[in-house]
Amino acid sequence: MQVKEMAEYAASGETPEILFWVGCSGSFDQRAQKITRSFVKILNHLNIKFAVLGKEEACTGDPAKRAGNEFVYQMLALQNIEILNGYGVKKIVTTCPHCFNILKNEYPALGGNYEVIHHSTFLQQLINEGKVTMAEGGLFKGKTITYHDSCYLGRANEIYEAPRKVLEQLDAELVEMKSCKTRGLCCGAGGAQMFKEEEHGRIRINEERTQEALNTNATIVAAACPFCNTMITDGVKGKDKQASIKVFDIAELLAAGQGLENIVL
Amino acid sequence: MIGFIIERIAFFAAIGGAGYIAFKGFSAIYRNIMLGRKEKLAGNLNTMLLVAFGQKKMFKRPIVAVLHFIFYVAFIVTQIELLEIMIDGAFGTHRFVYHLVEHIAPLRALYVFTVSSIEVLSLMTFFVTIIFFIRRDMLKIPRLSSIDLEGWPNMDAHLILLMEINLILNIFLMNTADMAVSNGAYGLWLSGIFASAFAGWDVEILHILEKVGWWGHLAGVLGFLMYLSISKHLHILLAFPNTYFTRQTPNGYLDNMESVTREVKLMMDPNAAVPESTEDGPVKFGAKDVTDLSWKNLLDAYTCTECGRCTAQCPANLTGKKLSPRTIMMKTRDRLEEVGKNIDANGGIWKDDGKSLIENGYISVEELRACTTCNACVEECPVNISPLNIIMQLRRNLIMEDSNSPAEWNGMFANLENNAAPWQFSQQDRFNWAKEQ
Repeated sequence: MQVKEMAEYAASGETPEILFWVGCSGSFDQRAQKITRSFVKILNHLNIKFAVLGKEEACTGDPAKRAGNEFVYQMLALQNIEILNGYGVKKIVTTCPHCFNILKNEYPALGGNYEVIHHSTFLQQLINEGKVTMAEGGLFKGKTITYHDSCYLGRANEIYEAPRKVLEQLDAELVEMKSCKTRGLCCGAGGAQMFKEEEHGRIRINEERTQEALNTNATIVAAACPFCNTMITDGVKGKDKQASIKVFDIAELLAAGQGLENIVL
Repeated sequence: MIGFIIERIAFFAAIGGAGYIAFKGFSAIYRNIMLGRKEKLAGNLNTMLLVAFGQKKMFKRPIVAVLHFIFYVAFIVTQIELLEIMIDGAFGTHRFVYHLVEHIAPLRALYVFTVSSIEVLSLMTFFVTIIFFIRRDMLKIPRLSSIDLEGWPNMDAHLILLMEINLILNIFLMNTADMAVSNGAYGLWLSGIFASAFAGWDVEILHILEKVGWWGHLAGVLGFLMYLSISKHLHILLAFPNTYFTRQTPNGYLDNMESVTREVKLMMDPNAAVPESTEDGPVKFGAKDVTDLSWKNLLDAYTCTECGRCTAQCPANLTGKKLSPRTIMMKTRDRLEEVGKNIDANGGIWKDDGKSLIENGYISVEELRACTTCNACVEECPVNISPLNIIMQLRRNLIMEDSNSPAEWNGMFANLENNAAPWQFSQQDRFNWAKEQ
C-alpha cells in the first residue's frame, strides 16, 4: 500500500494536497484499519497527493476532553498542533467524526487553524466533481442499506446529507431507521463511553440502535465513524445476526463499488 | 359613589400588591442568574425571531406545535383586551375603548373584530387546555408523566392549566353578561351566541356577573403574574432572552479552558510566555455548584418549562439509565433557589451549607457518567437550552478537582499520556496499518 508520511514529503521539499488524519481507531483497531485502507485505496486510485503523520500522529485528545480531563486533552492537542504547524499543514481529511469535530472546532483556540473535512464530505466532493463514477448494476444492486448518523457529524456539525449522497452512488436501496438525522440515536460510544462500561440500565445503547437497524430489514448498515462501526458490529454480534446484516463504513462501500476492495456482502 | 371609590381602591391595591410581589419574585430570579460566572455571549436577534417568536423547533412535532401555537397567539393577542380592562379598572369606565370609537364605524368594526377574535382564540385555547389535560392525565404521554415530575412539578403543570381555564371562563362570563345586558350592542361573535343562555335574566344580576367575570379575569392575570416566578412557566418570558443569547458555536464545540492552557504550556516549556491569569482567586476547574456555572446555564435553568423533549430523545435515558437532561435543568434551578434563599436569610451574604450541585440529592455522579455527549437534548430543546453544557462542566470538576473517575477512564488517561492513544499500543506501531494486509 502506497502511503507516505509527512516527514518524507518534507524531506523531499514537496507538499501534499491533503493530510489524512488517521486517528487512533483507524490506526490500531483491526476493524477500523480496514476503513483506513479502503480510504487510502480511493485516494491512490484518484492520484490524490496525500500524506499521513504516521508515528508522529497522537490522539487528538477527544476522549480525555469529553471525559472532563482538559489537562490530558491540551497536552496532546498542543503536541499535535506543534507538529501540524511545523509542517505547514493547511487541509486535513479524517475518517473519524470525533477527530473531525475536535480538529475543526476546538484546535483553533489552541493555535491550530486548518481546513478540516470529514471523509464523507470529501468523498461527496469527489463525486460531485465527477471523479468517482459507478458502473451500472454493480455489487450493490438489490441490496438495502441503512445509514447510521454519527452524533459528531450530524447534530454536532450538521452533516447529514454528505454520507447519504455517497451511498446514493451505490445503486442500492436506501432506507432510514426510526430515529435518523437530527433525531439519530447515538451508538453509545461518544463522550468517552467507548472506554468504560455503561451505567446500569435496561439495555445497552448499541443494542437499542442495532435493533432499530434490524427493524429496517436492511442487509447493510453504513456508518461514517469507526466507533459507531464498532458499537453496531458488537450489537449485531450480540443478537447473532452477522449472517443477515453487515456493518461497513461508507469508504469501504465506495471502494468496493469501484472494485478497489473485496468485501463480503 | 362610595362603591366607585372602594372599587378603585381595590383595583389599585390589587395591581400594586400583585405588582410588588411579582417584582420581588423577578428580582430574585435576576439576582440568582447573576450569581453565575461570566460568559461572553453576543446576542443574536435572528435566532430569537426564529426560535422564540417563530417557534421553529416546536414544529418538529407538528401536532403539538399547532396546539401550543394557539396558546401562544391567544396569550399575546389577549393582552390587547387586558389594556382596556386596565383602563376601565383605573378610571371606573366600562369598555372605555369601545365607547371611544363607538361612533367611528371603521374603528368600531376593528374593536368588534379584535375582541371577537380574542373570544375565538380563547375558545380554541379552552379546547387545547382540555387536550393538554388529557395528554397529561389520561394518555399519560411518557415525557409528561414520568417519575421525575412527581410532586411539585406535576402540581405546577396542573395549576397552570387550571389558571388558563379560569382566565377563559371569566372572560367569557364578562363578555356574555355584557352582551346580554346590552342586547348585543357590542356585537361580539361568540358571547353574542352564549348570551341567549342569559335571556330574561335580571339586569342587576347580569351586572354582577359581568363584574365577577371582570374581577375574575383580572385576578387570574395578576395571580398568574405573581405565580410565574415560582413556576416552570417562566419560559413565556425567558424564552426570548434565552434564545437571543444562544451560543452561536457548532453543537459539537466544547470551550477551551484557558486556565488549563496556561498550566500545560508552562509544563511543556517552563520558559513559555503565557499571559497572566485574569481570574480572581484560586482557579477552580469545572463546576461543583451553581455559582460555578455561567449565567447562561442559570438562565437556561429558569427558562426550562419541563416539557421533557430532551429526556425523550436522550439515548442514556431511553435505555434505562438514571440520566435525564430535564432533571439536570430542574435540579440546577432547585439548587440555585436554595442558594438564593441562603443568601437572603443571611443578610445578602452566602453562608456555606456544605452542599453543592453534585450529589446532595441534586445531580448524581452516576447521571453525569452516563452522558454520551450526543447533543440530542440540545437539538431537541425548543428554547435552546443546553443540559450538555452543564453536564460537561460538572464532569470536569469531578475529574480535575476530585480525581473522581472510573478506573477504566484512569487507564485511558494513562494510555493517552504514555502512548498518545487511548489503548495500550505503542506510538511506534501507529503506522503499522499500512504494512499489514
